[in-house]
Amino acid sequence: MSMNREMIGHQYPASDSLLVTEAVIRDFALAIGDDNPIYVDQTVAQSFGHATVCAPPTFPIVVTMAAMEKSFHDPALNMDFTRVVHSDQRFEYVRPIAVGDELVVTTVVEDIKALGNNDIATFRTEVSSLGELVVTGWSKLVVRGDE
Amino acid sequence: MAARIALADVTVGNELPSLSMTFTREDLVAYAHASGDMNPIHREEEFAKSVGLPDVIAHGMLTMGRAIKVVTDWVADPTAVIDYTVRMTRPVVVPAGAGVVVEFGGKVAAINDDGTVRVDLSATFDGQTVLGQARATVRLA
Repeated sequence: MSMNREMIGHQYPASDSLLVTEAVIRDFALAIGDDNPIYVDQTVAQSFGHATVCAPPTFPIVVTMAAMEKSFHDPALNMDFTRVVHSDQRFEYVRPIAVGDELVVTTVVEDIKALGNNDIATFRTEVSSLGELVVTGWSKLVVRGDE
Repeated sequence: MAARIALADVTVGNELPSLSMTFTREDLVAYAHASGDMNPIHREEEFAKSVGLPDVIAHGMLTMGRAIKVVTDWVADPTAVIDYTVRMTRPVVVPAGAGVVVEFGGKVAAINDDGTVRVDLSATFDGQTVLGQARATVRLA
């Protein structure tokens, strides 16, 4: 079972939005073990020129992974999501994610190619807030084929 | 953005202060809840072993999230990171109990034409690297 190459370039409808709160940022920073005060203390964030506390660099995965997972279940993609391994991740930041952002993700199937029995799929996830691009993610997933 | 480190103060080859971080089963549960990644290979030993893994493994994204702390501690303002990429080459295996230690390092690999700096990151667990091609692009002061 291999993925449907005709889906390369397909764009999925925008995800539901996630309202970024102080609690969401704090919980994520705690969970990755990052004690930088800029994630929790508005005074510190402002001393660096930010309006509010900011999110850690890998925070966008909270919304991009959820958006991608929805597309994995699209029958047209023909993707066996029980055999998926996340192999690469990149984020290109336009501006920091901050409290008050309403994050919406658009997922695009950027590429699908074969490597041995496996399919390598690259999903591009464009994260915007109120119509403005905030960060772009690229996730490369290996779908293991039959041995 | 206001990094604490100035471009004028760095040279290619500079090493960033390294970090040791412990990964426990409790950390994986906390990360699962914060990230929404509830895959049982990160939480349930029996399930992990049933799919051929040696034990529960850490989320690759948790390892990515921790590795960048080498850079964000260095610059103080994490928003100085404008690009970050990793390849997850090997899992961090996390048995029950006290957990395992992963060593993270970073080195200034290049000063780009636009004045940004490329930092190459390393993550080592049990004597082997777990992240490959791990790079951050940073805008210094």
